[in-house]
Amino acid sequence: MSLLEINNLQTHFFTSGGVVKAVDGVSYHVDRGEVLAVVGESGSGKSVTGLSVMGLIDAPGRVVGGSIRFDGREIANLPGHAMRQLRGARIAMIFQDPMMTLNPVLRVDTQMVETIHAHREMSKSAAWALCRDTLGRVGIPAPDERMRAFPHQFSGGMRQRVAIAIALLNKPDLIIADEPTTALDVTIQAQILHLMQGLVEEDGTGLVWITHDLSVVAGFADRVAVMYAGEIVEQATTDSLIEAPQHPYSRGLIGSVPSRNRRGARLAQIPGGAPPALNRPEGCRFAPRCAYRMAGCDAPQSLRNNVRCWRADELPAFDEVPA
Amino acid sequence: MVYVIRRLLQAVFLALVMSFLVFTGIFAVGNPVDILIDPEATQAERVRLIAQLGLDRPFHEQYFVFLGNVLQGDFGNSFVYNRPALGLILERMPATLELAFAAIVIAVVLGIPLGMYAGLRPGTAGSQTVMAGSILGFSVPNFWQAIMLIMIFSVMLGWFPVSGRGQVGEFMGIRSSLFTLNGLQHMALPAINLAIGHLALVIRLARSGTQEVKAQDFIRFARAKGLREPRIVLVHLLRNILIPIVTLVGMSFGGLIAFAVVTESIFAWPGMGKLIIDSIRQLDRPVVVAYLIVIVVIFIILNLLVDLLYSLIDPRIRLDGAKQ
Ligand SMILES: Nc1ncnc2c1ncn2[C@@H]1O[C@H](COP(=O)(O)OP(=O)(O)OP(=O)(O)O)[C@@H](O)[C@H]1O
Ligand code: SF4
Ligand SMILES: [Mg+2]
Repeated sequence: MSLLEINNLQTHFFTSGGVVKAVDGVSYHVDRGEVLAVVGESGSGKSVTGLSVMGLIDAPGRVVGGSIRFDGREIANLPGHAMRQLRGARIAMIFQDPMMTLNPVLRVDTQMVETIHAHREMSKSAAWALCRDTLGRVGIPAPDERMRAFPHQFSGGMRQRVAIAIALLNKPDLIIADEPTTALDVTIQAQILHLMQGLVEEDGTGLVWITHDLSVVAGFADRVAVMYAGEIVEQATTDSLIEAPQHPYSRGLIGSVPSRNRRGARLAQIPGGAPPALNRPEGCRFAPRCAYRMAGCDAPQSLRNNVRCWRADELPAFDEVPA
Repeated sequence: MVYVIRRLLQAVFLALVMSFLVFTGIFAVGNPVDILIDPEATQAERVRLIAQLGLDRPFHEQYFVFLGNVLQGDFGNSFVYNRPALGLILERMPATLELAFAAIVIAVVLGIPLGMYAGLRPGTAGSQTVMAGSILGFSVPNFWQAIMLIMIFSVMLGWFPVSGRGQVGEFMGIRSSLFTLNGLQHMALPAINLAIGHLALVIRLARSGTQEVKAQDFIRFARAKGLREPRIVLVHLLRNILIPIVTLVGMSFGGLIAFAVVTESIFAWPGMGKLIIDSIRQLDRPVVVAYLIVIVVIFIILNLLVDLLYSLIDPRIRLDGAKQ
């Protein structure tokens, strides 16, 4: 039994323009101590999947189908108070823009201590000390002083460390990190990545790492789930996905990572853009952009051997594809 | 500290400019001699009185004499009451202040929760009622509201007296009708009348602030931390919508004091507003001048207080007004 098991999840937004099927039958699982990377272009439904797990989908959105099992217990559409007890205690989430995730008018210590007190009784001084130690653990210098500072007195990278510290406070079993490094400089990105890797290894935490940047994933994630237009189009271990991507979309993603262009060729880009969420192709959703499209691709595609493409087996091996 | 001193110097300068404008304005309006001197008086008596009042001297000299007196706290005697003008005004100030204070408290204590509710639950019947009410409070003229209040609550229901200030009680050295039941009964209608327009404004500000802030990432993060809803709303949200509301309250408090005229007239509330209307009618120059300068000073003090409050609410704002 995995720590988190999402099965055929459907999260839809009921807008005036129609029903946006942001997440349309997504399944993935994460074990304790495992890192799952979820990659895909903007709008593919990565965040909405994560927020569904957290029970943080607001109207007009709703989880309309499928199951989310956490530690053996069904948590999709759990009543509000029960979900609140899980949030921030057993499942934590970190967001993309560290400039926006901390409340600008509250001191860091306030925002940390309240996270503990939302979930357990602890004396103020003990909670404060725990928060300070956690700040130290995520590599913030002079944590005693920094506890009393306001968010605007930190750099972006340091703020993200504060957010990570907050996520760690209640020793969660699972952390969902939604592009936590995207807004940061490349060098800071690497530091944060390294930090997270160390932390989840120490604590045996399960980690869902959402990103649209495949180059971040290698050497960090155990497995990768590739999302496209509300669906998972391929799931594989990181090594096999990078060495031998099956789905034409995964191939395109890998081809567009700079280090893959061994022969010094220009960066390959997938032509076109993702289909509008309200008007997706009937058959394979990637078809309008796919170089391997044929007549049979007009039928809806289902996952077979973790790849959502009926031609996957007959496509040429990845290395033969000109970069 | 440097900041406070600079602000005070600015305030003094502002008060000087205002005193000059007020003096010039009054100088232009009319010659008090015509009112003060008995039309039967001889030419010699006229000249003597004009010289005695200093009205024969050039304008700038008159201004400096006036300024010198003001600096000593002497605004001259009221032509009508023949008593110090400043004293007349200060006597009536508590009545106006307590009315404005009660109105602001009503506007804030009702307006913030109603506005936040409307912002958090848009589209519900409750929030639509609140917003419709705020449009009404906004657009119906003040005097008409006053008349309706009197009609319904005094005349028809008989709950509140029609006019006057009622008993005054004393608490911690402050004398105010806030401290007696009878005083409160007298104050209820004029305070509500004065409050309605601002209540509508506070509701709108609280609602738009709530809608803006609730969509921010830090609110989502607060929920992701598993905080309880009351803490999210009362701490994370409320703290962030206070700034525009504090501005409004600070600014409108001055306005309430200066322009309580209509309400005070209708409810025969013995405050500064009623005094000033009477004084203007009677060309009582010293009282009008003293009143305007008192109002300017009140505005300056309120501005200073609002700035100080900002820096308490939002740590990003330093006292010199720059945003980090
Ligand atoms: N409140 C909402 N109302 C309507 N549609 C929504 C809402 N929130 C998300 N969506 C839709 O859900 C789809 C998936 O959004 P999601 O944020 O999960 O994408 P993402 O993969 O995280 O992209 P990004 O890389 O930009 O973060 C988008 O097409 C978006 O239009
Ligand atoms: S099903 Fe067809 S169109 Fe879709 S990815 Fe496979 S080959 Fe391309
Ligand atoms: Mg996203």
